[in-house]
Amino acid sequence: MVFEKVRKILADYKEIDESAIELTSTLEDLEFDSLDTVEVMMSIEEEFDVQLEADENIKTVEDLVKLIEANIQ
Amino acid sequence: MNRVVITGLGAVTPVGNDVKTFWESLKSGVCGIDTITKFEQGEEYKVKIAAEVKGFDVTRYMKSAEAKRLDLFTQYAVAAAEQAVESSGIRGAVEPERFGVYVGSGIGGMNTFETQHARMLERGPRGVSPFFIPMLISNMASGVIAMRYDAEGPSLPVVTACATSTNAVGEAFHAIKHGYADAILAGGAEASITPISVAGFTSCMALSQNPDPKSACRPFDKRRDGFVMGEGAAILMLEELEHARARGAEIIAEIVGYGNTNDAYHMTAPHPEAKGAAQAIKLALAEAGYTGEDLVYVNAHGTSTPLNDKAETAALKRAFGERAKDLLISSTKSMTGHMLGATGAAEAMATALALREGVLPPTIGYGEPDPECDLYYIPNQAETRPVTLGISTSLGFGGHNACVALRPYRA
Repeated sequence: MVFEKVRKILADYKEIDESAIELTSTLEDLEFDSLDTVEVMMSIEEEFDVQLEADENIKTVEDLVKLIEANIQ
Repeated sequence: MNRVVITGLGAVTPVGNDVKTFWESLKSGVCGIDTITKFEQGEEYKVKIAAEVKGFDVTRYMKSAEAKRLDLFTQYAVAAAEQAVESSGIRGAVEPERFGVYVGSGIGGMNTFETQHARMLERGPRGVSPFFIPMLISNMASGVIAMRYDAEGPSLPVVTACATSTNAVGEAFHAIKHGYADAILAGGAEASITPISVAGFTSCMALSQNPDPKSACRPFDKRRDGFVMGEGAAILMLEELEHARARGAEIIAEIVGYGNTNDAYHMTAPHPEAKGAAQAIKLALAEAGYTGEDLVYVNAHGTSTPLNDKAETAALKRAFGERAKDLLISSTKSMTGHMLGATGAAEAMATALALREGVLPPTIGYGEPDPECDLYYIPNQAETRPVTLGISTSLGFGGHNACVALRPYRA
């Protein structure tokens, strides 16, 4: 569920097809630079009503999903 | 000392989003001023008109996902740069380290500033976008253009208010003349028709409050009452002559002089005797080798403010002496409005095209002569004249005065 929402946010942001985004995709593959990552995390925070800290260890979509899940509780 | 020529042009303006449309509009007297559409004005705004860019489609130049990362002024700049690069045919024919970008902005990302400030008020500091600063800063047009065209040489985004892109063109001219680069994209971009900018320019009593879009900007006319805000971008490809010839480039005109001074007098008002403006013109003429024999076209700053047009007339008289009465002067701002940081390059472009074709664009809306503006301002109709020298002047808040001089290209 988290993944589906994240996938849609990332796809809308980059104006690409959702099918291009998988759990194993890296943000770099999806052409997110550091600025894009912070910007899209703001949309994610709003969507899930959480506060996230941008962090260099977040490399894949899966990392992002796990971070959100850890913060939702 | 190198000769410096113009080999490419790009423009996004209130009278056309490409150079051909822009130039045809200027020659036929098309007025780009109309009611502001960019934001709701309500009753509190005294000024309701501007010269907006119309029908600009950024996706002709980049993906919309990329455009989101750039303020509108940078989008305009990229569009103008793309046109200039394409028309010059320089791609792949210049060493990256010898290729520069001098594209400035008078104000920078005002749209971004307002949007992000509103976000901060609503959501607090954590709500401010990471793109706020990179989109806002007025050097970013140069940065983005340099990335796009691999221009690793000199980079100098000038900020001198309304003189910005005349200074940019002039500084680029000197850089190439003295051997620091083979080619430079030079010009300016502006996109500040926003709620707070219009309010601010209105408060400093600079804007025309004439509600009629078609007569609000009438430079040198006795009834003028202020300038009309414009926007857009204009960029010229300046190139060292031998470099241009070696690759068989089409040469549009030659840049031959540049003057750069400051009034050192007042933040927004011009010096009443216009000594600084006159000195900028004299410096450009001296470098151009003006002898008094030339038939001269002047693309004036001509903002349509009571003070500017009077001071500029005084400056031309001081610089040209007796010959001032023979000058063929026009203010194309009567059509484009005042494109602020983009205006100087748009006007240098108009001057270059006027010299190439021998057709001088008019000052439209001109009807009632002002005894204090008693030179010849090419009223309402373009004229065909064999001009041999053109100058374009720009005078900016902060006391900045800049003038570039051009000649038709002769091998």
